[in-house]
Amino acid sequence: MNEDLYNYILGIADNSLILGQRLGELCGHGPSLETDIAGTNISLDLIGQTRSYFQYAAKLAGDDRTEDDIAFLRLEKQYTNVLLVEQPNTHFGYVMARQYLFDVFHLLFLKELQGSKDETLAAIAKKGIKEVSYHKRFSGDWIKRLGDGTEESHAKIQEAIDDLWTYTDELFDSTAADAVMTAQGIGVDVSKLKDTYYKEVSDLLEEATLATPESKYFTRGGKKGTHSEHMGYLLSDLQYMQRTYPNMNW
Amino acid sequence: MSEKEVKNLEEIFEARIARDEKIEPKDWMPEKYRKTHIRQISQHAHSEIVGMLPEGNWISRAPSLRRKAALLAKVQDEAGHGLYLYSACETLGISRNELYEQLHSGKAKYSSIFNYPTVTWADMGAIGWLVDGAAIINQVPLCNTSYGPYARAMVRVCKEESFHQRQGFEIMLKLCNGSSEQKEMAQDALNRWWWPSLMMLGPTDAESVHTEQSMKWKLKRKTNDELRQQFIDQTVPQADILGLTIPDPNLKWNEETGSYDFGEIDWDEFWQVVKGHGPCNKKRMKDRVGAWERGAWVRDAAMAYAEKTEKKKLKEAI
Amino acid sequence: MSKNWPLWEVFVRSKNGLEHRHFGSLHAADAEMALENARDVYTRRNEGVSIWVVESKDITASNPADNGELFEPAQDKVYRHPTFYDLPDEVKHM
Repeated sequence: MNEDLYNYILGIADNSLILGQRLGELCGHGPSLETDIAGTNISLDLIGQTRSYFQYAAKLAGDDRTEDDIAFLRLEKQYTNVLLVEQPNTHFGYVMARQYLFDVFHLLFLKELQGSKDETLAAIAKKGIKEVSYHKRFSGDWIKRLGDGTEESHAKIQEAIDDLWTYTDELFDSTAADAVMTAQGIGVDVSKLKDTYYKEVSDLLEEATLATPESKYFTRGGKKGTHSEHMGYLLSDLQYMQRTYPNMNW
Repeated sequence: MSEKEVKNLEEIFEARIARDEKIEPKDWMPEKYRKTHIRQISQHAHSEIVGMLPEGNWISRAPSLRRKAALLAKVQDEAGHGLYLYSACETLGISRNELYEQLHSGKAKYSSIFNYPTVTWADMGAIGWLVDGAAIINQVPLCNTSYGPYARAMVRVCKEESFHQRQGFEIMLKLCNGSSEQKEMAQDALNRWWWPSLMMLGPTDAESVHTEQSMKWKLKRKTNDELRQQFIDQTVPQADILGLTIPDPNLKWNEETGSYDFGEIDWDEFWQVVKGHGPCNKKRMKDRVGAWERGAWVRDAAMAYAEKTEKKKLKEAI
Repeated sequence: MSKNWPLWEVFVRSKNGLEHRHFGSLHAADAEMALENARDVYTRRNEGVSIWVVESKDITASNPADNGELFEPAQDKVYRHPTFYDLPDEVKHM
């Protein structure tokens, strides 16, 4: 099996899986029925992407592992999503800030990935672009509403942006698998997306009357399997059934 | 309007319904018709959104990605159905916020079945199979109810609902074909959800207050007892396919009636839950009220932003 | 403050070639949000290719009490319908 490609796919997919999981927790608890339905749609898109990636990875592995084995039966250290997506649903401001900060990256990333020499990845990316364009539009609109809404909402969304900012730089870290895949024309050189990303984000924040954080202190680790304290709890939920009842069909 | 004129209007109105004509929002309608419809439609809407909670409880723990996606889509549909129904209700001149208020203050009722806890994954199967099964029996006839907006909402709901019960049954089937632990989990869920599902179809006809009027207005086409019998007759053979035992020692096929006889329903339990003392009444309300209150600043922000943008647009136009 | 999100009516074109049809309503703070919500609520199952939203308060509706004067006068204008005119059987398609 091509280990590098396998790990590379998992790295991409874990972001969708973990963010989809976080959004799923919110279903039924949103600020209005309409936003609830929208949030669930985004979660469903992400879970759908995750399945496409994992099904491909399982096929590459060539043994009898399934998408669910990959999704549910790894150790925490083996998940390589960025720290940003595992951050909790502290309040709606955090949910939208997390979403937007990821969506901008996600769309830039997929637009590059659709040119991958790997046809399956390119096809998954192509489909994902349509979904993620909408996610970004949705979360970006909300950042504007909250930023330029009331005093309270302005303070709350600014707080969320400030708190989550520390996780943005990790998006552009290159892992070992990244480097190999990029060299082969399969992967995306994420470091090249950085300037565009920060420009786009700070433009929107400005439009939303929000300040772009100036802090240069960043937190990283997820891509190498070192997660925040939140991750263990998230995985306890995610893995509960598969761990409690091993080797069964559902 | 004089009493005589109103009476005359009422007669014309009842005759229209008897002729299967639909009533639309701006048509004249007796106050009682309006009130009854607000009560029933909103109760139905509340049931959809409170019903999201027990199933939402398992989204983060669904055992496979396929199941997770299906459950998410199902709970999302319930939000959608709540929304269609609130919209239908609003055509009767009451706002969604007022309806929420009635729910949050405990004034409005919702289906009692959602006050039972979902403690295992099999409960997702049992709810889809039994609770949605009972709901469909209740809902299909409403596609022809007399109030246009309600009937149209129900057509949409029923069309979308068709995957829900199948989803539930499939979960049960997988469990029943699985390990002994899985099968036990399925039987346990059936044991806990069977009786509440029967209660869900409402009090016995003798106890039911609204039936006659509701029949006339086509808010109801069959009595609670008829619906219950229909539900039992259709569900027992499905339990056989699963290889599960219905938790009723008195359940027996009756050659003569061509139906199943069944045991006594514990109506004391039913009324206890209806009156707010079921296992999860308080939690469900706390979750709903909590979500609504936590969302207040978000909803306010969106309104403030909309007003600002509107003003800006006007200014630019000048 | 707590002003409620206003009500919007949603019209969806199911596919090109068909007209927009009233699908239902929803709440949204502004038109943009109404469009997005309409997409998420009413086209989850691939039901549409185009959406219109309009604030419910901007719709002027006829009053059913006027139905007599508005619509009944059209009932006896049978000459507006093709079946009003007698043609010999030999003329097959007209």
